[in-house]
Amino acid sequence: MLSISRSAKPIQIVLERFKVIDRANSFKDVKTVSSLFVDKIKFDTMVAFAGHTSVFPGAKAAFVSQPVFLMPKDIESIPIYRVLDRDGKIQDLTQDPNLSKETVQKMFRDMILLNTMDKILYESQRQGRISFYMTNFGEEASHIGYNSSSAAALEIRDVIYGQYREAGVLVWRGFTIEQFIDQCYGNEADVGKGKQMPVHYGSKDLNFVTISSPLATQMPQAVGAAYAMKRRKNNDACVVCYFGEGAASEGDAHAAFNFAATLNCPVILFCRNNGFAISTPAHEQYKGDGIAGRGPGYGIATIRVDGTDVFAVYNAMKLCREYVMKESKPAVLEAMAYRVGHHSTSDDSTAYRSSAEIEVWNSVEHPISKLKNYMVKRDWFNEAEENDFVKDIRKKVLKQISISEKKLKPNWKELFTDVYNDVPLHLQEQMNELKQNIEENKSYYPVKNFKA
Amino acid sequence: MNRHSRYLFSFVKTNKSVIRTSHFTYYPDPPTPAQNKQKMNMFQAINNAMDIALGEDATALLFGEDVGFGGVFRCSINLRDKYGKDRVFNTPLCEQGIAGFAIGVANAGATAIAEIQFADYIFPAFDQIINEAAKFRYRSGGIFDCGSLTIRAPCGAVGHGALYHSQSPEAYFAHTPGLKVVVPRGPIKAKGLLLACVRDPNPCLVFEPKVLYRAAVEEVPADAYVSEIGKADVLRKGKDVTLIGWGTQVHVLLEVAELAKKDLKVDCEVIDLVSILPWDKDAICKKTGRVIVSHEAPLTQGFGSEISASIQEHCFLYLEAPVKRVTGWDTPFPHVFEPFYLPNKYRCLSAIKEVIN
Repeated sequence: MLSISRSAKPIQIVLERFKVIDRANSFKDVKTVSSLFVDKIKFDTMVAFAGHTSVFPGAKAAFVSQPVFLMPKDIESIPIYRVLDRDGKIQDLTQDPNLSKETVQKMFRDMILLNTMDKILYESQRQGRISFYMTNFGEEASHIGYNSSSAAALEIRDVIYGQYREAGVLVWRGFTIEQFIDQCYGNEADVGKGKQMPVHYGSKDLNFVTISSPLATQMPQAVGAAYAMKRRKNNDACVVCYFGEGAASEGDAHAAFNFAATLNCPVILFCRNNGFAISTPAHEQYKGDGIAGRGPGYGIATIRVDGTDVFAVYNAMKLCREYVMKESKPAVLEAMAYRVGHHSTSDDSTAYRSSAEIEVWNSVEHPISKLKNYMVKRDWFNEAEENDFVKDIRKKVLKQISISEKKLKPNWKELFTDVYNDVPLHLQEQMNELKQNIEENKSYYPVKNFKA
Repeated sequence: MNRHSRYLFSFVKTNKSVIRTSHFTYYPDPPTPAQNKQKMNMFQAINNAMDIALGEDATALLFGEDVGFGGVFRCSINLRDKYGKDRVFNTPLCEQGIAGFAIGVANAGATAIAEIQFADYIFPAFDQIINEAAKFRYRSGGIFDCGSLTIRAPCGAVGHGALYHSQSPEAYFAHTPGLKVVVPRGPIKAKGLLLACVRDPNPCLVFEPKVLYRAAVEEVPADAYVSEIGKADVLRKGKDVTLIGWGTQVHVLLEVAELAKKDLKVDCEVIDLVSILPWDKDAICKKTGRVIVSHEAPLTQGFGSEISASIQEHCFLYLEAPVKRVTGWDTPFPHVFEPFYLPNKYRCLSAIKEVIN
């Protein structure tokens, strides 16, 4: 009868010091195990089979004599590693990355640059000057914090697979304001030849694989690239794959975690958990312990960090990189943050969350404000200089917009190129058909905006 | 997804009646002029092609479900021993993962030969193949690509494969710019096409008719060679009716051509299209004035539709009868009704009578 499950009260039994074997140092805490429908079990009874190890090929584990029903709440949430508090104070001095003034200033300025460019490009979409835009507000530290490790541990040779909200990685690596804005305009200077929507950046020189819209598809790809790279002679590069917590629900995320683990791929799976996938809050996205909570299930070393703390991201990434390169195994890093801006220019996020909530994350909990507080403490911050810097960036961005929007679009024939490595016969025929039609109907095509 | 594949494999291996009672008679390719030849069936020819690919390119990797021990159809047998576990390996059971992983391998400049255990199970990888592999070069303006990627998948009727071990999904992929799609008709072609796909700088799909793995035996040139992608083969000359097919169906059509000659005094030309995308328009137009296209896949939106429409557009004045399509029915591929489902020689012969009169 099904009534059994009703009558018996779920009783959580806290077993004394039931330690889970060999977890990473970060959570060697006591685990508790609950068991449903069982009144009193003593630890001794449960491990009556102690010493009998399973020989099932699917899992190595001890036998127990009573049903052990592991409840999600019995596993402690993975802690969030942070270095800076909101006032910019380093809590544990052993965690001070001791970055030079120049490095910290570059971190800060890159964040400011991204933030300033975001504001202007967001507005320019609002004015109909570009078709689409996505800001990085609130998540600047994840991008910069990761890449600034290049000063110490990471190099440009490390290959990035991103989602679309990682422009800061490009800023740090040296993608120019001109390159960003040319891509948004899809003009003849855009390396992508105007084929993709705005913010779908890519750069071969900077090892930043071109962004595509389908979510999570880059994840198993990053794993495959890491596998191929690890086979290279004297390989000294790893792969970093960015994705949001929403994308982590896709089947491709599961594929990537599992392939990375079973095939021992040196890839850092970097989740930006910003609380929202468009309007869907994280609690409607999953019921487990975030994305980090899944790492151990796949057998992957895992860490969770405060994504608004640039030093925490920096230290964690350095640790991850050392680990994946040394062990030739993957790592999962979950950076907790808050998506301060709207999802995109096609979204008004106040329809599903309060302005007051956003304001907290846009001020005291903002990564730029935390780093600024740190710099103030170190006397590395000069208000006037920073104001000049912002003014200068604004001027540069505005000027570049007016230049980029005047540049011609690529030749319309580029529509047919790069489908294949060459233009096959059937595409040549179609190109000629279009050519003839353009000649016959010149006034109906915007040919003058396109390179001849 | 090898739920039934081992069973299928052992069935094909032990039960010769599958081949005896199959719906086609195998017509080997004419002997090649090559000096150094070896008798091989199709899985051996594919194995030989992959052996060559792995031998000549140290970056080449071969992976998929159960590829390590030799594959459920024996295509990768002995390759792990020869090239090592890091080059020939099993993946977890996840088609989207296999395709995505393969794209990444190719992004990094290495050669990826990925196997999907049955073409019926390629659909979980559809997004990776259509949205990613096919568009990688285009969307990046040519700065990134996954051209060194080849995906192999056994396809087509096998006598008793029912819904999920019989499909011919080539038309789904033919609608996707950026891909190349080929189907071999036997061992010589399979080896040449596979090597051509591995070397081609574009992502390629090879659909291998699984019923031919053991049934088709030919004298295959032992050295490396390629069979051109995008080019059809005229297997039999004729002046009255053009019969177009690919894969196993080519052998049905060759037999039909003989029957038509004997019973109807009709002289048929038989063309193996070989390459579905890009396909060889020049080979099929303006010849006999009567055309029959035949494939195992269902009629509606099958690749026969594309061929028929194109012939109608380009060869209208040469046509003496409407283009006829003889295909699988618009149903899922059935188990016990397979003999009634397939576009067999009798249906093809009726179609010839129809276009002649």
